Order: sequence, then C-alpha cells, then structure tokens
Amino acid sequence: MTVHSFQEHFDSLIDREIAIEPKDWMPDDYRKTLIRQISQHAHSEIIGMLPEGNWITRAPSLRRKAVLLAKVQDEAGHGLYLYSAAETLGISRDEMYDQLHTGKAKYSSIFNYPTLTWADMGAIGWLVDGAAIMNQVPLCRTSYGPYARAMVRVCKEESFHQRQGFEIMLTLSKGSEVQRKMAQDALNRWWWPSLMMFGPPDAESPNTESSVRWRIKRFTNDELRQKFVDVTVEQAKVLGLEIPDKDLKWNEERGHYDFGKINWAEFYNVIKGNGPCNKQRLDARRKAWEDGQWVRDAAMAHAAKRKERSATKAA
Amino acid sequence: MSLEYTLRLADDALILGHRLSEWCGHGPILEQDIALTNTSLDHLGRARSLFQYAAEQFNNLPENEKKTAVTSVAIQNLVNTGNTLDEDDMAFLRDGWDFRNVLLVEQPNNDWAYTVARALYYDAFAFYFFSALQNSKETTLAAIAEKSLKEVTYHLRWSSEWVVRLGDGTEESRERMQTALNELWSFTGELFNMSDAEKEAALSGIGVDLASLQPKWMERIASVLQEATLEVPKGTWMQEGGKHGRHTEHLGYILAEMQFMQRTYPGMEW
Amino acid sequence: MTNDKLNKHEWPLWEVFIRSKAGLDHKHAGSLHAADAEMAIENARDVYTRRMEGVSIWVVESKNIHASDPGESASLYDPASDKIYRHPTFYDLPDEVKYM
Repeated sequence: MTVHSFQEHFDSLIDREIAIEPKDWMPDDYRKTLIRQISQHAHSEIIGMLPEGNWITRAPSLRRKAVLLAKVQDEAGHGLYLYSAAETLGISRDEMYDQLHTGKAKYSSIFNYPTLTWADMGAIGWLVDGAAIMNQVPLCRTSYGPYARAMVRVCKEESFHQRQGFEIMLTLSKGSEVQRKMAQDALNRWWWPSLMMFGPPDAESPNTESSVRWRIKRFTNDELRQKFVDVTVEQAKVLGLEIPDKDLKWNEERGHYDFGKINWAEFYNVIKGNGPCNKQRLDARRKAWEDGQWVRDAAMAHAAKRKERSATKAA
Repeated sequence: MSLEYTLRLADDALILGHRLSEWCGHGPILEQDIALTNTSLDHLGRARSLFQYAAEQFNNLPENEKKTAVTSVAIQNLVNTGNTLDEDDMAFLRDGWDFRNVLLVEQPNNDWAYTVARALYYDAFAFYFFSALQNSKETTLAAIAEKSLKEVTYHLRWSSEWVVRLGDGTEESRERMQTALNELWSFTGELFNMSDAEKEAALSGIGVDLASLQPKWMERIASVLQEATLEVPKGTWMQEGGKHGRHTEHLGYILAEMQFMQRTYPGMEW
Repeated sequence: MTNDKLNKHEWPLWEVFIRSKAGLDHKHAGSLHAADAEMAIENARDVYTRRMEGVSIWVVESKNIHASDPGESASLYDPASDKIYRHPTFYDLPDEVKYM
C-alpha cells in the first residue's frame, strides 16, 4: 500500500467507527496527538493523587480514611492504565515521566489548587471528578482501542469517586454551622477551576477539529462545560449550597443555564506554572521518583542476578 | 481485660496502617504505590473491626468501670453525658498514653528499606500471631484472626521478597537494607514481651502465648535474611513501653495529625 | 536526558491475563511494569484484581508476544468469510427439531 492508500484505509476505519489498534498504520499527527493527550491524562491522575493524598492522614473518621485511601489508590491505577495505553504508541513510561518532571508535559491545572479543609475532599469528588467523568465517558468510545479500553476501566472505577464526594458534601451541608461554612467555602474555591477543566472556549481551542474527527474528543469543550453546569447547579440545590456566580440564570429559550465569564487569564497563568501549588506538586513527584531510583535499580539488579544464577544452574 | 487486649491489637493495626498510608502518592513506582496502599487498607480494615468490637465491649461495661477503662478527657466527657462509644471515638479521642501499640509500628517510614524492614519484622510476627489467635475462645477475635491471616500471609510474602531484593540487589540497597534492619532491631523484643493484659488473655484462652511464637519468628527472620545475604542484627538491648502506653516521640505527631479533625470539631458527623 | 539513559533502568513491561472466575478463559486485562515474573504476578494482583476481578493470573513479558501483522489481515482473515458452512446457522432444520 502507498501512504495515500494507508491514509484512505485509516480514514475509512475512523468513518466506520472501527477501532484503531497499536500495530495498525496511523498518521503521525494522530499518534502524536494521542501520546500528548493520553500522557497528559495519565499525569493528571498521578499529580491528582497529591491534593487528596494530603488528607489521608487527617481524615475525620475511619470510614472516610479507608474510602479516601482507596480512591487515591484508584487514581494511581488510572494513571497506570493510561501510561500503559500510551506505551502501545511507542513511548516509554520513563520518557513520559521525564517530560512531566522537566515541565515539558502538561497536566490538568485543577490539581495546582490547594486542599485547605476536609470539605475539599467533598468538593473534589463532586466537582472535579464530576467534570472528569463528563470528559471521560465519551472517551470510552474513542477511536484508539487501548485508550478506549483503559477509559472503560477508568470510568467503571470512577463512578464511586463522585458519589463519595457528593456524600461528603451532603453530610457537611446537613451538619453544623461550621461544616456548612466549610462546604460553601470549598464550593467557592473549586467551582471556577472546575469549569476551566473543560479547556479553553471552542473558538480558542486549536486541537478540537481534528480531535473530534478522530473521536479522540467526542464533544467540544463548551458543550461539555454547559452540560456540567446544567447538572451541577441542580445538585447544589440538593445540598443547599450557593454556586458562586451572580450571573447564573436559567435561560428558558436555550434550555440551559447561562453562567458568568470565566477568568481565562487565571487559567493560562496556572498552566504557565503560576498556580498556587504548581511547584509543590512537581517537586513532590520528582522527589518520589528520585528517591525511588535506588529501589528500582536494586530490583533490576536482583532480577538479573537471579536470572544469571538459574542460567548457570541449567548449564 | 478483653477490652484492653482488643485495643492493644487495634492500635497496632491503626498505627501501622497510618504509617503505610503516608506512602500513598510517593512510592518508588506506581505498581508498588498501589501494592502498599492495599496493605495499608488491610491494616485499616482490621483496625476498624477491632475498634468496633472494643467499643461494643466498652459500652457493655458497668458505669463505674467506664470511668477507668479509658481515661482521656474527651472519652470521659462522652461517658459523663451518657453517650455510647463507636470505632471513631476509640481511634480519635484516646490520648497517647491510652494507646497500646508496640513501638515498632509507630517508627517513621524513612526510606523504602526502613518501611520494608519494619514490615518484615511485624508481618512475620503477625503471621504466627494470627495463626494462633484463630483458636481464641472469643469468637469475634477468632473470626478477625482468620480473615487477617490471609491478608498477613500476603504481606509477609511481599516484605520478605523486598528484603531479599534489596539485600541481594545493589551495593547501595544492601547497605540501606542492613542499616534499616539493625536500627529497627531493638523494637522487635517488645513484640514477644507480654503485658499483664496479654498474659491474662493467654491464660484464659482468649489471647496468644507470645513467648511461644518467638523461636518461630526468629527462624523465619533468619531464613529471609540468609536468602537476602544479610546479617541478623546482633543487638540484645530491646526498647519497650508501647504496650503500657509509654511511646516514642513519634506517636504524638501521628495522633496530632490523625485526631485533629475530631478534636477540633467535636461531636460532629463526617 | 538521552533515550538510552532513560530506558536503562526501566522495569520491563508485562501483559496481564486474568481468569475472572473458574471455568472461564484468561482474558487480557492490561499491562504493567515489574522487575521479574514473581513481582509481575503480585503487581497484577494489586493493580488488576482490587475489585475481585480475578481468581487466576497469567503474566508474560510483552517483548515475548508475537503478533500477526494487521497489513496482512486481508489474506489472513478474509478467506474465512465465505465459509459460512462452518456455522450452525447455515443448516436448515425442520421446526419439530427443537434442540440441536
């Protein structure tokens, strides 16, 4: 086949919604875009362990402690599934880590915000995981097989994450005055960054068009954001909490909520590295990796010794 | 006495689970981060079962004994206002001197070698301990032991393999592993030194005769260390105190962090 | 950092196959890194069976898997498509014969 016919074959698979698999021919752009998106997603899971990991040792009840620990562990698992999916495209996990640690790779900027109170565990589960699920569910049918399969697993496990977050918020909102204050404060701080999780407005999002065609993305940023707002506003009513947006209003004509202007300057600033915790998050990951080097080396050295010994024995 | 015995076991589980949970998000590689969190969740799950059982025993005590069984002000406040206790009260409202865990489990993680050494010493103990506790006359403890034994069997496999890997790995890992084993050695004697509550529990068929476990434990440790090409530490001086509520300085910091929410916002549902 | 240096110490990649319950085939669950086979099985247990997904695990180092070439899929798989007589639905049975 010529490159042209490879491309035609690829396009026809995409058009017929047939999955692309690792050994299939694929355009360079497709491969690059996937590596970027999947590794960013994996990094987000791994960095995302840190803000919640903060509270594992301070969780207010044994049940909450166990749930939070299991949840943060799931995030490690999700990172692992995603790194594995990216590895099928010809990049190693070490290379991806290197990109993260040197600041070359991006991750979801939401995790650069601090977790200041226990209520943040609720707000993250409810809002951040809620937004993530909205982004992720369509990816279970994305065109690249290994990515789609990883996402099916992720989404299956993720469903308890949002629920446990909402449950925390509900318990707080039904609790004492200071607990309601805690919950409202967390909502105030996490609301806007959660809306930013869907990415820049469609008009400014350079990757959207080809990504939608490749089903790497199935809905646009603005579509998903609107859906999130519509669903979440109703949930906030159940909690009796106030969304921190004075422009929020039901628009009968559109059948959607109108909402206020997002501070995109803040978004780009955090992406650039100037969020409240960018440095701490990266430092923590780098430290874990560097401190672990001798451990990983030892395991490899031991495996090599064992292999050698069993070879000598066999000879 | 069964209450104190139950708390003694619960505190080991809680504090070790807490220490291991500190690794979450900071492990040397994702796969092991996940593995260690599983172990931490096992310990935490055991702690919960035991604290629930302890709370039940406490709530059934005669009123006058409730005043002396746990002396912390926060617990006494609950007792005086006619409240019953639950697992969280036991974990979060007792003071340091009420905690009965061995000193070994409160020692800091330091590095992977320390964590692995602490795990090997404890897991080998727990393996023989829960094997024996399955025969406890207290059916709740026997049931918890049966479940725990399955978990601990896996923990022991994990920690033994890591000690071997690090001991027989690189020069650096060997040195770190030996150092960690040596430095934690003085905390192993306490595992087998029986407090009054433990002696009484053993005599009445509720608990385990710890002294009888020591030779098996020693044999197991020696065989793992031999495979790891490491030396069994030689020190004979052993630290103790945890079983009587006299802890190392580390426990205070653990509790300050762990109990902060319940202490700052008392009496709330979370 | 050079690629060489990066990959020097990386634990090898393993493919994980899990039997979800007795009587079923092992099915590909995903992959992971481990220093040796023993550790790969344990990592698989910790990563892929946290929610009671399995009763048996196989691991195989990814580099040992040989795969067919998708470029040859036409010659490999298409010839089977006209041999419908291999499928039971190819045969008409009278309605009276209910189970066969």
